[in-house]
Amino acid sequence: MSGVRVLVGTRKGAFILTSNEKRKRWKVSGPHFAGWEIYHLNGSPADPDRLYASQSNGWFGQIIQRSSDGGQTWETPGGGPETGPDGLPRGESNKFVYEGEVGTHQWFDGSQRPWEFKRVWLLKPSLTDPDTVYAGVEDAALFRSSDGGASWQELPGLRAAKGHLWQPGAGGMCLHTILLDPANPDRIFVAISAAGAFRTDDGGQTWRPINTGLKSPYELPDADADVGHCVHSLAMHPSRPGTLFMQKHWDVNRSDDAGDSWHEVSGNLPTDFGFPIAVHAHEPETIYVVPIKSDSEHYPPDGQLRVYRSRSGGNEWEALTKGLPQKDCYVNVLRSALAVDTLESCGVYFGTTGGQVYVSADSGDSWSAIVHDLPPVLSVEVQTLP
Amino acid sequence: MIRVALPYHLRNLAHVGKEVELHVDAPITIGAVLDAVEDRYPMLRGTIRDHVTHQRRDFIRFFAGGQDLSHQPPDTPLPASVVKGEEPFRVVGAMAGG
Repeated sequence: MSGVRVLVGTRKGAFILTSNEKRKRWKVSGPHFAGWEIYHLNGSPADPDRLYASQSNGWFGQIIQRSSDGGQTWETPGGGPETGPDGLPRGESNKFVYEGEVGTHQWFDGSQRPWEFKRVWLLKPSLTDPDTVYAGVEDAALFRSSDGGASWQELPGLRAAKGHLWQPGAGGMCLHTILLDPANPDRIFVAISAAGAFRTDDGGQTWRPINTGLKSPYELPDADADVGHCVHSLAMHPSRPGTLFMQKHWDVNRSDDAGDSWHEVSGNLPTDFGFPIAVHAHEPETIYVVPIKSDSEHYPPDGQLRVYRSRSGGNEWEALTKGLPQKDCYVNVLRSALAVDTLESCGVYFGTTGGQVYVSADSGDSWSAIVHDLPPVLSVEVQTLP
Repeated sequence: MIRVALPYHLRNLAHVGKEVELHVDAPITIGAVLDAVEDRYPMLRGTIRDHVTHQRRDFIRFFAGGQDLSHQPPDTPLPASVVKGEEPFRVVGAMAGG
C-alpha cells in the first residue's frame, strides 16, 4: 500500500509524519535532534530511505545528519572514529569552508562585509545518486557533497555572479531554493535572499543572474537591477523544467524561458507578499501560494489562514479555506514549509510558525491539521512511498 | 587519563555520558585536550572551535580549577587537578537563555 512520509523541520527538532494514501490517520515520530533548530530535512529521490537533515544552533553551529532507514536512525556522516586518505579523522560533515578568497558582499547599509558561514538552510539530494547532495547556506553559497554528506565543496562560480552586490534579507543572506532540472543534469536553479535567482548550464561551474523582468521598486535604487531582488522561493513542475514560478518579496512571477525573463502573475491575490510557492504534482499550471500581510506584519490578512490556488498558472487565484482557521489566526508560513505529494489525488502540505502541519488530500479543496502543537515549523518536505 | 565534561547537546551528538576520559600526551594544555576530544569524537569537530582557525566558538567557555580559561591561549597548561584526573576540564555552553 502506498503512502507518504512528511519531513518536518522545526525550531526544536525534526518530526516525521507518516500515513497511507488516504492521509487520514497519522503516525508522528520525533522529536529527532531535540532542542536543535532543524532548518531542513529532505529525502533522496533515488533512494527514499536516504534522508539528510540540517541541524544547527547558536552554541555549537552546524551539524549534518544522515539516515539510511527512512529516519529511524541517524548518523553524522564521517563522524565516527574513522580516518581519511591522509590518516586524519574525517569529521568534516559540518565543515563548510568557502573556496579561495572569502570576499565581501553588500551589507544592509550598502557597505561591504566579508562572507561568514552561519548555517545550512536547504539540502537538495541529487535526482539520481543518493550520495550526491547540494546544500544552500547562509551567507549565501552553494555546496555539494558526493560522499553522502561526509565532506562538502563549494561551487564558487555562483558567488562570482556579482556576489559583491548581494545583501541579506530579513532572515539573513541565505541560499534557500535549489531546483534540479530533471531533463538536463547540467542545469541548476538557485534563489537567494536578497540577491535573486541564478542558473548554471554547466553543472555548477559558471552561473548567471536570471532576474530580467523582476521589479523591486522599494528595495533597490534601480527597480530593474540585475541582482539584489528579494526572491522568497521558486517552484517548477518536473515535466516542464523551463517554466518557473516565483514568490518574491513584492509579487508572484512566472518565467517560461528557464528564467531568462519574468512577468508578474499576482493577479487578484489579496497581498503580494508571502514566502512559499508550489506546483501541483499532476497539473503543471496549478500553483499554490500563502499570502501574508506585508513585510511589516508577517501574518495572514484579516487573521484568516488561506492558501491561494491558481489553475491557470497565475493571475487568477481562488482562496482555499475549508478546514483552515478563518479568524484570529496570526501564524506565518515560511518559504520551505509548503510541499506536495505525488499520489493520484495530489496532497498539499504546509507548516506554520504556530506549530501546525496541515494536509489536503484533494489538491487543496479541504484541509485538516495532522499536528497542532509542534514547535514553530521551518520546513516541510513530502516523500511519496511505493 | 584526562577527564572532559561536555554540555548536554554535545554528549548526545557524541553518544557519551557527562564525562569522557582521554589519554593526552604531556604537556596537557587546552589545545592538546581539545585535539584529543576531536580525534576521539570527530563529530564534535567544528562544534567547540572553528574547523580551520581553531578559534573557540562564541558561545563556548572552558572552565577548570575554578578558573575561566575561555580566553587563554591554546598552549595554556591545565591545572594539576585536571592533569591528575581529580576534576574534569569543563566545556560549557555559555549562559545565553532567558
